[in-house]
Amino acid sequence: MARVPVTEGVFTWPSAKPALIGSRCVKCGNHMFPVQSGCPKCTGDTTETVELGRRGTLWTWTVQGFPPKAPPYAGDADPKTFKAFGVGYVELPGELKIETRLTEADPEKLKIGMEMEMVIIPLCTDENGNEVVTFAFAPVA
Amino acid sequence: MTTEVAIVGIGMHEFGRTEGVSGMDQGVIAVRRACSDAGLSWEDMQFAFGGSMAAGAADTMVSLLGLTGLQFINVANGCATGGSALFSAYNTIRSGVFDLGIAIGFDKHERGAFRVNTKGSGLGDWYGASGLALTTQFFGMKINRYMHEYGITPSTLAKVSSKAFRNGSLNPMAWRRKPISEEEVANSPMLSYPLTQYMFCNPGEGGVALILCRADKAHLYTDKPVYLRAAAVRSRRFGSFEVLAPSIALEHNAGPTVDASKAAFEMAGIGPDDIDLAQLQDTEAGAEVMHMAENGFCEHGEQEWMIQAGETEIGGKFPVNTDGGCLANGEPIGASGLRQVYENVLQLRGDAGARQVPNNPKVAYTHVYGAPGISGVTILSR
Ligand SMILES: [Zn+2]
Repeated sequence: MARVPVTEGVFTWPSAKPALIGSRCVKCGNHMFPVQSGCPKCTGDTTETVELGRRGTLWTWTVQGFPPKAPPYAGDADPKTFKAFGVGYVELPGELKIETRLTEADPEKLKIGMEMEMVIIPLCTDENGNEVVTFAFAPVA
Repeated sequence: MTTEVAIVGIGMHEFGRTEGVSGMDQGVIAVRRACSDAGLSWEDMQFAFGGSMAAGAADTMVSLLGLTGLQFINVANGCATGGSALFSAYNTIRSGVFDLGIAIGFDKHERGAFRVNTKGSGLGDWYGASGLALTTQFFGMKINRYMHEYGITPSTLAKVSSKAFRNGSLNPMAWRRKPISEEEVANSPMLSYPLTQYMFCNPGEGGVALILCRADKAHLYTDKPVYLRAAAVRSRRFGSFEVLAPSIALEHNAGPTVDASKAAFEMAGIGPDDIDLAQLQDTEAGAEVMHMAENGFCEHGEQEWMIQAGETEIGGKFPVNTDGGCLANGEPIGASGLRQVYENVLQLRGDAGARQVPNNPKVAYTHVYGAPGISGVTILSR
């Protein structure tokens, strides 16, 4: 069974150290995610594609407590088997804050400011039997 | 303060779920009720601005109301659709193009949380597929950060919802008219931490229409004219924290509500201390708390003691969401901003019945906020 990314061009895959793919404005240095051609900060129209940092701190978080509507959700949306998952913004130093799934869903274990690291997690199985993966951030042990 | 535009007729179709009545029909009923309130007929309308998000193009309602040939412009502006229709009507009269016209908003949404159109919002399919395209997550994350920074407690969030349902129980047009205690709110299922089921509003149905005219002609249609002193709509700036954002900047910007509020106060030539009551966007309980400060009515964090002390109750020093807000009325997006203005007109006329704010309020404020980072503010006075 192959592990395929939920989409191309959002994170590097396959890779031993997967990273999110963003843009950097060549004029003002502003970082953007996902990749985009223009800069909302300085209105510059030239950006370069960069790999974003893999570690940061948790800026805020919530827990998705009910199954999202499917579609668009590709994961398990069956109310009988759905498992709550964490969602947060992780601040990547000097770059930006990334919205992401979290591997932790227990409010007791999530704290604003805690160290987080990017990981790849399984999302669902596609019609060809491949495991579809997406990105998430996990607390640094 | 300028006195150029008056609201002389208001009409509303009950909010909630009305089986067998389309969203557009609810808009038509609101229009007829507004005409009746002003003693006018549809033929008297010189122009209309109208919109809905999910219930069809507003201008097609002329085939139900009468083909009078009036100028009818559709407005589609996310959660500020109703506010934008009102803004457009206000400026059409101020500019002298027409003397009298109508702003209309209506909607009818499917049950459950809003299904986000990721393509229409400029987001890739991966975003929704990964479980991130839920506006409820944004609200949970924004208030969680805010509570961390400013010391707002879960009990204050529960109090906001409980007040909304209590006020809704006094409002015959509201959807949720059963009081729900603070404990029941706190103990309902946790949907998006720290927000429980009863802390969120639901997509719903309803319609509102407001007839506006030149202030010097208002006496022809009503004994109790209410004047529109300001209407402002603002979009987000770089660095603001908004719904459906795969990333946000390191820099912090206060957001479109602060900008819209400042613009409206400037237009009206008054400040937050002059406002007697307010309807503030309460998509969820935390939004009402944050919007009190973002609109300038208190410092960040002061909401904690204000709400615990009952200051935002109908009989308090600064009543907020006297008709039950989105929490008790639901959110038919196209109509929601106009519902707030409808409520303020009733309050300023002294016609709000069991939920009337005491001591003859003179100046009232409305605020809508929504996707993709847009705010609309109005200031009304009698
Ligand atoms: Zn730039």
